[in-house]
Amino acid sequence: MSVSRREFLKTAAKYTAGLAALVSAPKWLPFGRRDSSIAQAAPAAAGSNYDWDQHTWGFVVDTTACIGCGKCAVACKTENNVPMEPEYNRTWVERYVVAQDGQVFADSPNGGIDGFDTEQANAKYRNLQIRDSFFVPKLCNQCENAPCVQVCPVGATYRTKDGVVLIDRDRCIGCRYCIQACPYGARFLDPRMRVADKCTWCYHRITKGLNPACVEACPVGARVFGDMRDSNSRVRKLLAEKRVNVLKPALGTKPQVFYIGLQEGVR
Amino acid sequence: MNGLEGFLYPNEIETQWSILIVIYPFITGLVAGAFIVSSLYHVFGIQNLKAFSRFSLLTALSFLLVAPLPLQVHLGRPERAFEIFFTPNFRSAMAGFGYIWLSYLILVAFETWLVFRPDIIRLAKANSGLRGTIYRALALGVLDHSEEEFKRDEKIVKALALIGIPWASLLHGYVGFIFGGVKANPWWSSSLMPVIFLLSAVVSGIALLIVLYVVARTLTRKPLEHEAIGALAKWLLGFMILDLAIEGLELLNMAYEGEESWEAISVLITQKIAFSYLGIQIGLGSLIPLVILGAVALMGNRARTQLSFLAASLVLVGVFAMRWNVVIGGQLFSKSLLGFKSYVPPLLGQEGLLVAAGLLMLPLVIFAVLSSQLSPWTEEQPVAQPEEERARYRERVYAMGIGSNPRR
Repeated sequence: MSVSRREFLKTAAKYTAGLAALVSAPKWLPFGRRDSSIAQAAPAAAGSNYDWDQHTWGFVVDTTACIGCGKCAVACKTENNVPMEPEYNRTWVERYVVAQDGQVFADSPNGGIDGFDTEQANAKYRNLQIRDSFFVPKLCNQCENAPCVQVCPVGATYRTKDGVVLIDRDRCIGCRYCIQACPYGARFLDPRMRVADKCTWCYHRITKGLNPACVEACPVGARVFGDMRDSNSRVRKLLAEKRVNVLKPALGTKPQVFYIGLQEGVR
Repeated sequence: MNGLEGFLYPNEIETQWSILIVIYPFITGLVAGAFIVSSLYHVFGIQNLKAFSRFSLLTALSFLLVAPLPLQVHLGRPERAFEIFFTPNFRSAMAGFGYIWLSYLILVAFETWLVFRPDIIRLAKANSGLRGTIYRALALGVLDHSEEEFKRDEKIVKALALIGIPWASLLHGYVGFIFGGVKANPWWSSSLMPVIFLLSAVVSGIALLIVLYVVARTLTRKPLEHEAIGALAKWLLGFMILDLAIEGLELLNMAYEGEESWEAISVLITQKIAFSYLGIQIGLGSLIPLVILGAVALMGNRARTQLSFLAASLVLVGVFAMRWNVVIGGQLFSKSLLGFKSYVPPLLGQEGLLVAAGLLMLPLVIFAVLSSQLSPWTEEQPVAQPEEERARYRERVYAMGIGSNPRR
């Protein structure tokens, strides 16, 4: 079956035109270009004098100080444009209630954004013999050996040189494998962008010398952020003075969020 | 929220992997199993499986073509799916999907083309116009093919059928590793996962062939080759025993070691997924067919085929339940091990039951279309066998039926 030159050129021209249209498709089409900086409150400091080789960020959470007000969770959702529904959280606060017999109960109503002082949140504990109760703020642990980075099939999630695990929203295909692989429940699928999302330690702020929004908002200093390389940072001082622990150390993820007062039974 | 019990990490409220992700390993499992049956004949020369030699290849190809669809539909950004080919992260088991599926598709398509080449050539010669052009294109323009060249084709088929066995194992084994390598989930994390997935894949593929063969032959009013079905039923029994042994070992080990997660997992399997796990996967889908097939292996009468058909149908349901119990079951308990939730797939929507059912039906449609042109029946194979051999085989087949001539 032979094809004439004219037929060939006509077909080729059609395909080329189609391809060109596809590649230059406007934003509003499903396959069009995407703006990757959506939902960031301020543009990243890239291009300014920030050098990621000069920093190794770290985070300390003091569970003995947390009062469960939930302002951190509110600040985070505001700063990072996270949907307000309860199934999407970059950070949240958990409350643990330990009964006299040692049984552990936990809850996190709406991720803690309304605090824990509601009748609905407390009714179930009214008749319990309580031994102890406390709050545990949670966020992405920015693991050194992050399983989420390992399992991403297209390399959309990666760890920066200054120790933060980020997601390239232009690359993520929304397969949700990273969400399954995270042992801490730190990730979720952004329902609008339909890509994975999680706490970034407010990378857009910390690269400009600011604190993450949750750290700023905490009224009692239960969240501490800083440069592990800076011997004068509060983070370094706390690590030297206090007994700290990480979540699920047996999994080998090497979390970089250190908890003061991490009680047995905390998940 | 409905169905939430105890404590879950807030981000766990949403179920990430839906029924579409249950369907994908089910489909690739069927492919692996069907292909291996085909290879049992082509490579190991197991003559009593001859009736399935072409049939199983077409089945494997039909399901293989549909395999990526449930994944694509499930993606948050399906238009970016090709990134798996362009920028894969090879540390991820899931990245294996792109190249493994693609290369295996090429292998199966090539082998199918070689096996059906006599048919294609015959059709190319017999048709004109558009259809003739399509068949001539499929035949790659080569319309005169000598006995020698057909013999050479058979050698290549043998080689492909051989390489295809580890390749099919890889296609389905890597899916097992996708789950087995997730240390965050104690229901999934296990070195036995790829083995379990592969064994249940072979089981499901064999069961599918029995069911599909009986249905297709009955619908086209052709006689059933009871000997072939009986042989396949024995293979099914053998692989089932192996599969159940390994799955049982996995569960026994978990229960015996009694790690932190065992408390939550035992609630999962005795309460949350008790019906689909104990009831369907183990009971209806494994133990009952096992007993039936065991009895059939010892029996020697016509009822064998009907019982084998029943057992195979139950096995298919059981393997589907197994995929469900792994994928969905693994998401029904919190990683905090303090809570549970439920999952009911919606009827409509992108990840609903209708879409799922459609995706499961699609390979059957493709198979019907393919087999309407390329006969999957060995006794209708046009060439490359000595005439007396073909005639003898045909006689045997007709003798089983009531004189129905399958020639169109």
